Amino acid sequence: MLILQIAILAFVAITGTAVVLTRDPRNQVIGLGFYGLVLALMFFLYEAPDVALSQIVIGAVALPLMFMLSLSKIRRNEQKRDEVKQKQREKAA
Amino acid sequence: MNRSRRHILFFVSAAVFFGLMTWAMHDLPPVGHYRGPYGDAINATVVYERHITDAVTAVNFDYRGFDTLGEESILFLSVIGVGTLLRQQKRERKSREDTDELEKGQAPEPSEAMKVITLGLVGPLVVYGIYIITHGQLTPGGGFQGGVVLATAPLLVYLAGDLKTFKRITTHTLVEIGEAIGIFGFLMIGFLGIIAGKEFLRNVLPLGQTGSIFSGGTVALLDIATGLAVAGGFISAIYAFLEQTIEMRMEGEE
Repeated sequence: MLILQIAILAFVAITGTAVVLTRDPRNQVIGLGFYGLVLALMFFLYEAPDVALSQIVIGAVALPLMFMLSLSKIRRNEQKRDEVKQKQREKAA
Repeated sequence: MNRSRRHILFFVSAAVFFGLMTWAMHDLPPVGHYRGPYGDAINATVVYERHITDAVTAVNFDYRGFDTLGEESILFLSVIGVGTLLRQQKRERKSREDTDELEKGQAPEPSEAMKVITLGLVGPLVVYGIYIITHGQLTPGGGFQGGVVLATAPLLVYLAGDLKTFKRITTHTLVEIGEAIGIFGFLMIGFLGIIAGKEFLRNVLPLGQTGSIFSGGTVALLDIATGLAVAGGFISAIYAFLEQTIEMRMEGEE
């Protein structure tokens, strides 16, 4: 049990660092979901199954989903803005 | 600030932080050797006092039920906040065609395997959510966890690419009614204690037999109320986000 607990702590540290070091936001969100699952496993190994259950659904589904949706909204707005700028430049030229 | 200076700043503050953390954690009791009296007291008496086998649920919905009422209201208020912020604004309009475009395959059509798996999982997921809610007093889990599990069911429908059914589920009046009944029911169950001449949220119902699904008195009912409120709240929040992304357009777009 102790070995498992140490291993999961190390794994949490590794995945957490990986999420921070990922540059592309989309990949980062997917990494964040995986990190949420690893955290849930850690809670479980430290005998907190109630917390682990909440963590699975919130950390692996709800949180990444909201990030994903916000990202796609931002991306579309940016595309739109770029198109408008492009048109203005064409008019000026 | 250039790169190497930023690195120096980072490593210095990381070292200081690490030192402070080590200092702060140095006196913590080892894992599994909890020093406070309350956990042991509850573990020793909860089955006898409340006929509940999951001590965490007993603490959440009975010994500190009032805190849980606060937490539930926080979720309720956040959902109202999300709904208000993401509502259809003056400069926005809903694009109907976009919903149809997604159906027609503008967005990548999910594969057959994806559809079979996600739609096949909806049933078991709903059953599992109800199981987690109703067995809160017996096994790990409870109203909150089960409620969120239930709220992910419509997401599976969305993943299967069935946007119409997804909208029909998430905009159903029952979602809002469930959320309202959940919050209101929690309060009413709390008032049962006052009606019986005791304090607010006192566990006044018969406790039942330990290990049965009807055990725990008000705890079982509070679990169901919380489950309804959480499921309804999360579904509304998820729909508000998805609606913003899929349907809302600023004026002049497309």
